[in-house]
Parts: sequence; C-alpha cells; structure tokens
Amino acid sequence: MNTTLQYILMIVMVLFVLTTIAAWLIWLERRMLAVWQNRSGPNRAGPFGLFIVVADTIKLFFKEDWIPPFADKTIFVIAPAIVAATVLMSFVVIPFAPGILIADLDIGLLFFLAMSSLGVYSIVLGGWASNNKYSLLGALRGASQMISYEVFMGLSLMGVVMLSGSFRLSDIVLAQKDCWFIVTQPVAFVVFLIAGIAETHRLPFDIPEAESELVAGFHSEYSGMKFGMFFIGEYLGVTLISAMLVTLFFGGWLGPAFLPPLVWFILKTFVFILFFILLRASLPRPRYDQLMEYGWKILLPVALLNLLITGGIVLMMNK
Amino acid sequence: MISLLRTIRLTFLHMFRKRETIPYPEEKVSLHPRWRGRIVLTRDPDMGERCVGCYLCAAACPVDCISLQATEDENGRRYPEFFRINFSRCIFCGYCEEACPTYAIQLMPDFEMAEYNRQDLVYEKEDLLINSQGKYPGYNYYKVAGIDAGIKGKGEGDNEEPPIDIHSLLP
Repeated sequence: MNTTLQYILMIVMVLFVLTTIAAWLIWLERRMLAVWQNRSGPNRAGPFGLFIVVADTIKLFFKEDWIPPFADKTIFVIAPAIVAATVLMSFVVIPFAPGILIADLDIGLLFFLAMSSLGVYSIVLGGWASNNKYSLLGALRGASQMISYEVFMGLSLMGVVMLSGSFRLSDIVLAQKDCWFIVTQPVAFVVFLIAGIAETHRLPFDIPEAESELVAGFHSEYSGMKFGMFFIGEYLGVTLISAMLVTLFFGGWLGPAFLPPLVWFILKTFVFILFFILLRASLPRPRYDQLMEYGWKILLPVALLNLLITGGIVLMMNK
Repeated sequence: MISLLRTIRLTFLHMFRKRETIPYPEEKVSLHPRWRGRIVLTRDPDMGERCVGCYLCAAACPVDCISLQATEDENGRRYPEFFRINFSRCIFCGYCEEACPTYAIQLMPDFEMAEYNRQDLVYEKEDLLINSQGKYPGYNYYKVAGIDAGIKGKGEGDNEEPPIDIHSLLP
C-alpha cells in the first residue's frame, strides 16, 4: 500500500515537473533564439517575460477549437493526444537520480525506442485525418523520416548496451562510473544525437512541418489546444532526447559530490536542451532527399561500423 | 560539416553582442531633426500665423488628407479659417512641407500619436498650430511679400528699397 502510494506520488510529481518544464521551454526557446539573434526576446509579461507562457496558454484556450468538416473527426482528435502520451510514457524508464524513477524496467532502452517509434503515429494520423494535401505531405515525410532514423538510433545504442551489458537504464548509468560513454562511444553519440534531432523533428530536421514549404505540415489544420498538444509534445520530445543523451552518454546523475545527483541530471539535460535551441538558431533545413540520403548512406554505415568495432573490442577484452 | 560547426559557434558567440532591440517606452528612439513625423503649423517671429491659405499643401497631398478654407482679416492678411489634417490618412510623405511657400506647414520628429478612437486622429487648427518657428527661425513671409497686410508699409520690408519719388529728377 505504502509503495503504491509512493509510486503514484512519484508519477504525479514527474508529470507535473515535465509539463511545467515543457511549457516554460516555450519561453526559454524564444528568449534564447532572441539572445542568439541580437534581440532581447519576450521581456514584458512578468519578470524576464516568464508569464508569456501563461498568456500563450490563455490565448490557445480561447482560440476557436475548430475541426474541419472534411476531416476524420475521431482520429483528428486522438492524434495530438498520442504524441504527448507516448513521449510522457518514455519518461517512465528514465532514471532521474538513484531512487527517483518510476519503473526500472530491465528492457528500459527498448521501451524508450518502442515509445518513440509510436510517436510517429500522431504525425501520420494527424496529417492523414486532416484530409489536406499539405498535411498529408508532411505526414508522409514525417513517417519516412522517423522510421528511417529510428533504425540507426537503435543501432547506435547497441554499442552502449554492449559496453554496459544491460538494457536497464540505471545499469547503463552505473556502468559509466569510471568513464562516460561519450569517451568510449563518440561515434554512437554523434549518430544518436542526429537521429534524436530527426526523431523529435526539430530544426534543422523539421521536415514534416517545414513552414516555408508545407504551411505547417502535419498540423496545418489544427488550432487551439489541439495545436498546443503538438507543441507540448515537441518540447517534451526535446526534453526526452536530452535526458536520454545524458543518461546514455554523459553519466546520467553521476557527477562530483558537491551537488546532489538530481541537480547534476537536470543541469546536464538543460545544457542539451540549450544545444537543441542553438541548432534551431543556426542551421538551415536540408532538402528532403538530402535528409534521407544522409541517413541511409552515411549514418547507417557509420552506425553499423561502430557496432562492429565495439563488438570486436568487447570480444577482445573479454578473452 | 566543418561549416555547420562554424555556423553553430558563430551563432553562439552572438550571445555576447550588443542587443539591436530598443526597449521602446523605457528607452526612446533618437530621431533625426529632419524626421518626417507629426505635421505642425508654425508661426513667424512675431507670433503671427505663417499659413496664408494658398491650398498648395492640399493640392500636393497624395492622399487628400489636408483640408482648409482661406479667409482674410481686415488688413487683407490671408489666413486659414479652418485647417484640418486627417492623420488616419496621412502617409507622412512631406510633400505638403515641400509645397508650402511660406514655411508654415512642417513635419517634426514625433510619431507618438496613437489614439483609441479614429476620429481623434483628425487634427484641427488649434491642435496643429504651435508657438514656434520650427525649422526656419527668423522668416516672416509678410516682411518680404509684395503686399501690405498690416505688417509693413510700402518699402519697409526686408530687402526692399524705399519707393522712388517718380516726380523728382534728383537721383
């Protein structure tokens, strides 16, 4: 009974913290984009413009929540919920600090990969149900991009799994006690980072949205809080990939003892979130065929090669 | 690949640059003296109205936002009976200022004219007239004009010789 209550408390806490972070990432992103573009960014509502999030949310709630008459209603409504739900599900397996995690699954990494693959359904269904050519094009692009990048995302992580000998994320973190995997698996880190950006369809890989080509891609027809869900899902995805990067390659909660483990985890994640925003501020979007070519012709062989070499070294060490 | 990393680094370094944005209500923009902003009607050094109601500004105005009615006082000095500028139409092109032969209508560096009510943007003569000579101090049209409008007698104006006595033979 007591442990159940503890679990529920943990879940509520993690949910609350994550949604708050995702909401305030909107402010952070605007502010940081402005900082990197020699502007000052939102600074009117509240201290440092922090309340712009509140204003934004109120605005989204009061917008007309319109479902186009030509859309497939049920799927149209379900799609935005899927993206937020799948990303939040992935957070179940992330060890924030020793003791602060919801479920320490022994297939944690596979669960994360499965959930991030499910996220593609929200894009495909949302774009398809909209019954709009731009949405459909965005959805098609999103589906092919996410499915192909899923391949080497998984492959790049196998090196980490080999070195730590476990799919359990807390074991992976503990295996980095002496040496972070960024040192031993730099190639895997780069491949996972690129695949992660593509997976969250953030700039420069925001090809499913591509506002200069496809209006707003798969969510062209969405308005009000349904659009807000896609938005929150995107920011949650950024947080998720940052958290995964930290867990898998940067030693998770591990760090010098003068700060508590949770603080270390949050700090490292924050650095990666900032890096994601910096990417948005600096890089242009590649063409669609360039993206696919880059994925299949460069990243896949690199990931496979990394897998082969890591496997060989692990075999040699164990002899 | 290198160029991508270089782009990222350069963008990051922009963090330490000076901001381009001016936080407006707290910090005012510095406007140039010849900025084309709010339109005013200036006065001559003797604080009389400069406008002589010639309608050239109204004719030059490309959006027809100026309307006026000229009249004369008892000395024959022309002045506008009413002078109305509809600033909701005005495009601040400054053609009226160029057209004005007496330097009466001038554009000044001020743009803070926002109103909640569109009708409040229609400025009447008392809103337009200022107690200043504007950009051309010391100029008084009636001192150089060819007529006596109660400002100067015959031959008393600036750059004007006293009238010659045509009945005298003396130089």
